[in-house]
Amino acid sequence: MSDAATESLITDEMRAEIGKESEPWTCEVDKTAVRMFARAVGHTDPVFYDEAEAKKAGYRSLPAPPGYLGTPVFDPRTSDPTFGGRRGSGPGPQPSRPLKRILNGGTEIEHFDDICAGDVLTAKSHIASYEERTGSIGEMLITTTKTTYTNQDGKVVAVMTGTGIRY
Amino acid sequence: MAELKVGDTHEAVMVENITRTHIVKYAGASGDFNPLHHDDEAAKNMAGYPGVFAHGMYSMGLTGRMLTDWLGPTALTNFGVRFTKQVWPGDTLTSRAEVTDVQDGIATIKVVTVNQDGESVVEGEAKAKTD
Repeated sequence: MSDAATESLITDEMRAEIGKESEPWTCEVDKTAVRMFARAVGHTDPVFYDEAEAKKAGYRSLPAPPGYLGTPVFDPRTSDPTFGGRRGSGPGPQPSRPLKRILNGGTEIEHFDDICAGDVLTAKSHIASYEERTGSIGEMLITTTKTTYTNQDGKVVAVMTGTGIRY
Repeated sequence: MAELKVGDTHEAVMVENITRTHIVKYAGASGDFNPLHHDDEAAKNMAGYPGVFAHGMYSMGLTGRMLTDWLGPTALTNFGVRFTKQVWPGDTLTSRAEVTDVQDGIATIKVVTVNQDGESVVEGEAKAKTD
């Protein structure tokens, strides 16, 4: 077995990042974004498209469908390589050795209140853990990231836990 | 809101014969323009995949739609999934739910989304308000 196979993928620099809160970013939930997301995953319920229908159903405005918070459009200057930013594949330092492939291992969202168009959420994330594993696809680095979303009234409305797999 | 009891099930075909258009529509809505999901050459050369595949979060969104169609737009208090297999153009996805527990007005629901070969692509659990 080579040294490379026994050496840890998790560097001291990476360990030091665990638990550190990111700078907050703003996530404006607007009607167009809700409609686009709803259309993309095939919703037909009019509450996701028509504000009058949403209000009739008791919502402030169009409710955000499940999974909406998963990959919101951030400020492209910080998340889009076209603008010189790093692609939004999660914060934190990268493993020391090249694990080029990235898979989304899973996502969990806890909801504490409805999220509707018009809400302005403040998101903050941190790396909760790094884990090394060897599976059928070879050696893997599993990164768990937690993101907390707080609305304009200061209420935590959702916590998302994401699991990224590099291999 | 739906009255749920242990053993209740629900199933629906969420998308038939996924095309690149479905995938690109999701990319645009989510802002996730990782080329693995829209550029066949990049999927082959960067990562050795046979071609593009759908975003995991697309499958999660489809699975979520099965739940909201059944239970209401904001019935879910918790929704967690693992992506167990990649989803490719041409796939047809069916989502299934089964209530495994009901306590204090919250139902625990096991969810799975399978492809046309019966292989699971999404597995997870949701919690939903029952009143």
